Amino acid sequence: MSRPGRDDAPDRLYTVTGGRSRTAPDSPFDLVTLVMAESAPAPGMQSEHARILRITEHPTAVVEIAAELRLPVSITKILLTDLHDQGRVSARHPRTAAPSGRPDPDLLEQVLVGLRNL
Amino acid sequence: MDSVTSDARTPLSASADNGLKIVIVGGFGVGKTTMVRSVSEIRPLNTEETMTQAGAAVDDIRAVRGKTATTVAFDFGRITLDARNVLYLFGAPGQERFWFLWDRLFSGTLGAIVLVDTRRIDDSWYAIDRLEHHGTPFVVACNDFGGTAHPPAEVRAALDLEPHVPLLHCDARSRESSKQVLISLVEHISGLAAAPHPEPLQELLP
Repeated sequence: MSRPGRDDAPDRLYTVTGGRSRTAPDSPFDLVTLVMAESAPAPGMQSEHARILRITEHPTAVVEIAAELRLPVSITKILLTDLHDQGRVSARHPRTAAPSGRPDPDLLEQVLVGLRNL
Repeated sequence: MDSVTSDARTPLSASADNGLKIVIVGGFGVGKTTMVRSVSEIRPLNTEETMTQAGAAVDDIRAVRGKTATTVAFDFGRITLDARNVLYLFGAPGQERFWFLWDRLFSGTLGAIVLVDTRRIDDSWYAIDRLEHHGTPFVVACNDFGGTAHPPAEVRAALDLEPHVPLLHCDARSRESSKQVLISLVEHISGLAAAPHPEPLQELLP
Protein backbone atom coordinates (compact mmCIF):
# COMPACT_ATOMS: atom_id res chain seq x y z
CA MET A 1 0.00 0.00 0.00
CA SER A 2 2.77 2.36 -0.83
CA ARG A 3 2.09 5.87 -1.93
CA PRO A 4 4.23 7.85 -4.26
CA GLY A 5 6.21 10.38 -2.36
CA ARG A 6 6.14 8.54 0.90
CA ASP A 7 8.13 5.40 0.58
CA ASP A 8 9.90 4.91 -2.62
CA ALA A 9 9.63 7.72 -5.01
CA PRO A 10 12.04 10.59 -4.51
CA ASP A 11 13.22 10.06 -8.04
CA ARG A 12 9.70 10.30 -9.36
CA LEU A 13 9.11 13.52 -7.46
CA TYR A 14 12.34 14.88 -8.82
CA THR A 15 11.09 14.12 -12.32
CA VAL A 16 7.64 15.55 -11.73
CA THR A 17 9.05 18.94 -10.83
CA GLY A 18 11.88 18.93 -13.35
CA GLY A 19 14.41 18.75 -10.56
CA ARG A 20 13.09 21.66 -8.58
CA SER A 21 12.57 20.90 -4.96
CA ARG A 22 11.67 24.17 -3.38
CA THR A 23 8.64 26.35 -3.64
CA ALA A 24 9.49 29.97 -4.15
CA PRO A 25 9.53 31.63 -0.73
CA ASP A 26 6.78 33.96 -1.84
CA SER A 27 4.61 31.12 -3.10
CA PRO A 28 1.11 32.46 -2.78
CA PHE A 29 -0.45 29.05 -2.38
CA ASP A 30 -1.88 28.19 1.00
CA LEU A 31 -3.20 24.72 1.84
CA VAL A 32 -6.71 26.07 1.38
CA THR A 33 -6.14 28.41 -1.53
CA LEU A 34 -8.93 27.57 -3.99
CA VAL A 35 -7.59 26.97 -7.47
CA MET A 36 -9.60 27.34 -10.67
CA ALA A 37 -8.55 26.20 -14.15
CA GLU A 38 -8.48 28.99 -16.69
CA SER A 39 -7.83 26.74 -19.67
CA ALA A 40 -8.26 23.19 -20.82
CA PRO A 41 -5.33 20.77 -20.82
CA ALA A 42 -3.19 21.22 -23.94
CA PRO A 43 -1.75 18.36 -26.01
CA GLY A 44 1.75 17.46 -24.93
CA MET A 45 1.36 19.03 -21.53
CA GLN A 46 3.03 17.30 -18.58
CA SER A 47 0.50 14.79 -17.27
CA GLU A 48 0.42 16.23 -13.73
CA HIS A 49 -0.32 19.68 -15.12
CA ALA A 50 -3.09 18.27 -17.28
CA ARG A 51 -4.57 16.43 -14.30
CA ILE A 52 -4.57 19.60 -12.22
CA LEU A 53 -6.45 21.45 -14.95
CA ARG A 54 -9.07 18.72 -15.00
CA ILE A 55 -9.35 18.61 -11.19
CA THR A 56 -9.76 22.39 -10.99
CA GLU A 57 -12.65 22.73 -13.41
CA HIS A 58 -14.45 23.53 -10.14
CA PRO A 59 -12.74 25.49 -7.36
CA THR A 60 -10.48 23.04 -5.54
CA ALA A 61 -8.23 23.59 -2.54
CA VAL A 62 -4.50 22.99 -2.84
CA VAL A 63 -4.72 20.22 -0.24
CA GLU A 64 -7.44 18.42 -2.22
CA ILE A 65 -5.34 18.63 -5.35
CA ALA A 66 -2.36 17.16 -3.48
CA ALA A 67 -4.51 14.32 -2.15
CA GLU A 68 -5.91 13.55 -5.56
CA LEU A 69 -2.50 13.64 -7.25
CA ARG A 70 -1.06 11.70 -4.32
CA LEU A 71 1.84 14.06 -4.17
CA PRO A 72 3.26 15.93 -1.19
CA VAL A 73 1.81 19.40 -0.69
CA SER A 74 5.09 21.14 -1.45
CA ILE A 75 5.47 19.35 -4.80
CA THR A 76 1.88 20.16 -5.66
CA LYS A 77 2.57 23.82 -4.96
CA ILE A 78 5.48 23.79 -7.39
CA LEU A 79 3.23 22.40 -10.12
CA LEU A 80 0.54 24.96 -9.30
CA THR A 81 3.05 27.79 -9.42
CA ASP A 82 4.01 26.67 -12.95
CA LEU A 83 0.41 26.75 -14.10
CA HIS A 84 -0.27 30.04 -12.34
CA ASP A 85 2.77 31.65 -13.97
CA GLN A 86 1.42 30.51 -17.34
CA GLY A 87 -2.01 31.96 -16.59
CA ARG A 88 -3.58 28.53 -16.79
CA VAL A 89 -5.03 28.61 -13.28
CA SER A 90 -6.28 31.37 -11.05
CA ALA A 91 -6.09 31.34 -7.27
CA ARG A 92 -8.57 32.49 -4.65
CA HIS A 93 -6.49 33.04 -1.56
CA PRO A 94 -7.91 32.72 1.95
CA ARG A 95 -9.19 35.86 3.66
CA THR A 96 -9.08 35.15 7.35
CA ALA A 97 -7.64 38.12 9.10
CA ALA A 98 -8.78 41.70 9.32
CA PRO A 99 -6.05 44.31 8.75
CA SER A 100 -5.42 44.19 12.51
CA GLY A 101 -4.18 40.63 12.07
CA ARG A 102 -7.06 39.28 14.08
CA PRO A 103 -9.84 37.18 12.61
CA ASP A 104 -12.47 39.32 10.95
CA PRO A 105 -15.55 39.35 13.28
CA ASP A 106 -17.93 39.32 10.30
CA LEU A 107 -16.22 36.25 8.93
CA LEU A 108 -16.39 34.49 12.31
CA GLU A 109 -20.11 35.22 12.40
CA GLN A 110 -20.52 33.70 8.93
CA VAL A 111 -18.64 30.61 10.11
CA LEU A 112 -20.91 30.28 13.14
CA VAL A 113 -24.04 30.61 11.03
CA GLY A 114 -22.73 27.99 8.61
CA LEU A 115 -21.86 25.57 11.41
CA ARG A 116 -25.20 26.00 13.18
CA ASN A 117 -26.96 25.23 9.92
CA LEU A 118 -25.15 21.93 9.48
CA MET B 1 -5.66 3.55 0.97
CA ASP B 2 -8.76 3.58 -1.15
CA SER B 3 -8.35 4.95 -4.57
CA VAL B 4 -9.72 8.39 -5.15
CA THR B 5 -11.12 8.90 -8.57
CA SER B 6 -12.28 12.11 -10.14
CA ASP B 7 -15.76 10.67 -10.34
CA ALA B 8 -15.92 10.36 -6.57
CA ARG B 9 -15.21 14.00 -5.97
CA THR B 10 -17.90 16.33 -4.78
CA PRO B 11 -17.07 19.65 -6.38
CA LEU B 12 -17.44 22.98 -4.63
CA SER B 13 -19.79 25.57 -5.97
CA ALA B 14 -18.25 27.96 -8.48
CA SER B 15 -18.87 30.82 -6.05
CA ALA B 16 -16.62 29.34 -3.35
CA ASP B 17 -13.77 31.77 -2.84
CA ASN B 18 -12.57 31.59 0.76
CA GLY B 19 -10.93 28.53 2.33
CA LEU B 20 -10.71 28.37 6.11
CA LYS B 21 -8.76 26.04 8.38
CA ILE B 22 -9.45 24.41 11.70
CA VAL B 23 -7.02 21.81 13.00
CA ILE B 24 -7.87 18.86 15.24
CA VAL B 25 -4.76 17.83 17.15
CA GLY B 26 -4.35 14.73 19.22
CA GLY B 27 -2.43 11.57 19.89
CA PHE B 28 -2.66 8.36 17.92
CA GLY B 29 -6.09 6.73 18.10
CA VAL B 30 -7.77 9.58 19.93
CA GLY B 31 -10.44 9.98 17.26
CA LYS B 32 -9.23 12.81 15.02
CA THR B 33 -10.22 11.10 11.80
CA THR B 34 -13.49 10.00 13.37
CA MET B 35 -14.35 13.58 14.20
CA VAL B 36 -13.38 14.79 10.72
CA ARG B 37 -15.57 12.08 9.21
CA SER B 38 -18.53 12.94 11.46
CA VAL B 39 -18.88 16.44 10.09
CA SER B 40 -17.19 16.35 6.68
CA GLU B 41 -19.22 16.48 3.48
CA ILE B 42 -16.53 14.43 1.74
CA ARG B 43 -14.96 11.17 2.78
CA PRO B 44 -11.81 12.18 4.68
CA LEU B 45 -8.79 12.37 2.40
CA ASN B 46 -5.19 11.93 3.31
CA THR B 47 -2.14 13.81 2.18
CA GLU B 48 1.33 14.53 3.39
CA GLU B 49 4.13 16.99 3.67
CA THR B 50 7.84 16.41 3.80
CA MET B 51 10.45 18.24 5.79
CA THR B 52 14.02 17.87 6.86
CA GLN B 53 14.85 16.50 10.28
CA ALA B 54 16.08 19.93 11.25
CA GLY B 55 12.65 21.26 10.53
CA ALA B 56 13.91 23.80 8.06
CA ALA B 57 11.41 25.03 5.52
CA VAL B 58 13.00 23.01 2.79
CA ASP B 59 11.45 20.64 0.32
CA ASP B 60 14.71 19.08 -0.56
CA ILE B 61 14.62 15.97 -2.68
CA ARG B 62 18.23 15.21 -1.80
CA ALA B 63 17.19 15.09 1.81
CA VAL B 64 14.42 12.66 0.97
CA ARG B 65 16.88 10.48 -0.86
CA GLY B 66 19.34 10.67 2.04
CA LYS B 67 16.55 9.75 4.44
CA THR B 68 17.23 12.81 6.52
CA ALA B 69 13.71 13.98 5.78
CA THR B 70 10.53 13.12 7.59
CA THR B 71 7.10 12.83 6.11
CA VAL B 72 4.05 13.76 8.09
CA ALA B 73 0.67 12.59 6.89
CA PHE B 74 -2.59 14.21 7.82
CA ASP B 75 -6.28 13.71 7.14
CA PHE B 76 -8.72 16.35 6.17
CA GLY B 77 -12.38 16.88 5.46
CA ARG B 78 -14.49 19.73 4.21
CA ILE B 79 -17.61 21.65 5.24
CA THR B 80 -19.25 24.10 2.85
CA LEU B 81 -20.44 26.89 5.15
CA ASP B 82 -22.17 29.10 2.61
CA ALA B 83 -21.86 30.19 -1.00
CA ARG B 84 -18.36 31.59 -0.46
CA ASN B 85 -16.80 30.09 2.67
CA VAL B 86 -15.46 26.55 2.82
CA LEU B 87 -14.05 25.16 6.06
CA TYR B 88 -11.31 22.54 5.88
CA LEU B 89 -10.83 20.39 8.96
CA PHE B 90 -7.43 18.84 9.42
CA GLY B 91 -6.66 15.93 11.69
CA ALA B 92 -3.05 16.35 12.65
CA PRO B 93 -0.78 14.13 14.68
CA GLY B 94 0.30 15.72 17.92
CA GLN B 95 3.78 14.27 18.01
CA GLU B 96 6.81 16.42 18.24
CA ARG B 97 8.04 16.26 14.66
CA PHE B 98 4.72 17.48 13.37
CA TRP B 99 5.13 20.89 14.99
CA PHE B 100 8.00 21.78 12.70
CA LEU B 101 5.38 21.92 9.98
CA TRP B 102 2.82 23.93 11.85
CA ASP B 103 3.70 27.32 10.36
CA ARG B 104 4.07 25.96 6.88
CA LEU B 105 0.76 24.13 6.87
CA PHE B 106 -1.43 25.87 9.38
CA SER B 107 -0.49 29.52 9.50
CA GLY B 108 -3.71 31.50 9.30
CA THR B 109 -5.72 28.72 10.90
CA LEU B 110 -8.79 29.97 12.74
CA GLY B 111 -8.10 27.74 15.71
CA ALA B 112 -7.57 24.23 16.96
CA ILE B 113 -9.37 21.47 18.81
CA VAL B 114 -7.17 19.43 21.13
CA LEU B 115 -8.82 16.03 21.22
CA VAL B 116 -8.03 14.20 24.44
CA ASP B 117 -8.37 10.62 25.61
CA THR B 118 -8.63 11.01 29.38
CA ARG B 119 -6.94 7.64 29.83
CA ARG B 120 -3.83 9.06 28.17
CA ILE B 121 -3.96 12.65 29.17
CA ASP B 122 -0.25 13.31 29.01
CA ASP B 123 -0.38 12.76 25.22
CA SER B 124 -1.93 16.21 25.05
CA TRP B 125 0.52 18.27 27.06
CA TYR B 126 2.88 18.91 24.22
CA ALA B 127 0.12 19.94 21.81
CA ILE B 128 -1.30 22.42 24.31
CA ASP B 129 2.14 23.84 24.96
CA ARG B 130 2.79 24.30 21.25
CA LEU B 131 -0.58 25.90 20.52
CA GLU B 132 0.03 28.39 23.32
CA HIS B 133 3.46 29.04 21.87
CA HIS B 134 2.00 29.71 18.41
CA GLY B 135 -0.77 31.88 19.84
CA THR B 136 -3.39 29.67 18.20
CA PRO B 137 -6.81 29.80 19.91
CA PHE B 138 -7.96 26.34 20.98
CA VAL B 139 -10.50 24.38 22.94
CA VAL B 140 -9.93 21.01 24.62
CA ALA B 141 -12.43 18.26 23.86
CA CYS B 142 -12.37 14.98 25.79
CA ASN B 143 -13.54 12.20 23.52
CA ASP B 144 -15.88 9.77 25.25
CA PHE B 145 -14.42 6.28 25.17
CA GLY B 146 -17.02 4.95 27.59
CA GLY B 147 -14.69 4.64 30.57
CA THR B 148 -14.87 6.39 33.89
CA ALA B 149 -15.91 9.99 33.50
CA HIS B 150 -13.35 12.33 34.98
CA PRO B 151 -14.62 15.50 36.65
CA PRO B 152 -13.79 18.55 34.52
CA ALA B 153 -11.82 20.14 37.33
CA GLU B 154 -9.61 17.08 37.49
CA VAL B 155 -8.97 17.11 33.74
CA ARG B 156 -8.34 20.83 33.75
CA ALA B 157 -5.81 20.44 36.53
CA ALA B 158 -4.12 17.49 34.85
CA LEU B 159 -3.76 19.50 31.62
CA ASP B 160 -2.76 22.65 33.50
CA LEU B 161 -5.29 24.54 31.38
CA GLU B 162 -5.67 28.29 31.58
CA PRO B 163 -9.08 29.18 33.05
CA HIS B 164 -10.27 30.86 29.85
CA VAL B 165 -9.68 27.79 27.66
CA PRO B 166 -12.97 25.92 27.13
CA LEU B 167 -12.97 22.29 28.22
CA LEU B 168 -15.62 20.16 26.52
CA HIS B 169 -16.86 16.61 26.52
CA CYS B 170 -17.69 15.05 23.18
CA ASP B 171 -18.39 11.92 21.22
CA ALA B 172 -16.32 12.20 18.05
CA ARG B 173 -18.55 9.60 16.36
CA SER B 174 -21.53 11.91 16.66
CA ARG B 175 -22.07 14.55 14.03
CA GLU B 176 -24.07 16.72 16.44
CA SER B 177 -21.48 16.45 19.20
CA SER B 178 -18.59 17.21 16.85
CA LYS B 179 -20.51 20.13 15.39
CA GLN B 180 -21.00 21.52 18.92
CA VAL B 181 -17.24 21.33 19.52
CA LEU B 182 -16.64 23.33 16.34
CA ILE B 183 -19.23 25.91 17.35
CA SER B 184 -17.67 26.22 20.81
CA LEU B 185 -14.28 26.78 19.23
CA VAL B 186 -15.51 29.51 16.90
CA GLU B 187 -17.42 31.19 19.74
CA HIS B 188 -14.22 31.09 21.79
CA ILE B 189 -12.26 32.65 18.91
CA SER B 190 -14.92 35.36 18.55
CA GLY B 191 -14.67 36.08 22.26
CA LEU B 192 -10.90 36.41 22.05
CA ALA B 193 -11.12 38.60 18.97
CA ALA B 194 -13.56 40.92 20.72
CA ALA B 195 -11.60 41.06 23.98
CA PRO B 196 -9.32 43.96 24.81
CA HIS B 197 -5.87 43.42 23.50
CA PRO B 198 -4.43 40.47 25.42
CA GLU B 199 -1.00 39.92 23.97
CA PRO B 200 1.84 42.39 24.17
CA LEU B 201 2.53 43.86 20.75
CA GLN B 202 6.24 44.08 21.39
CA GLU B 203 6.51 40.36 20.76
CA LEU B 204 5.65 40.98 17.15
CA LEU B 205 8.55 43.35 16.66
CA PRO B 206 11.89 42.05 15.46
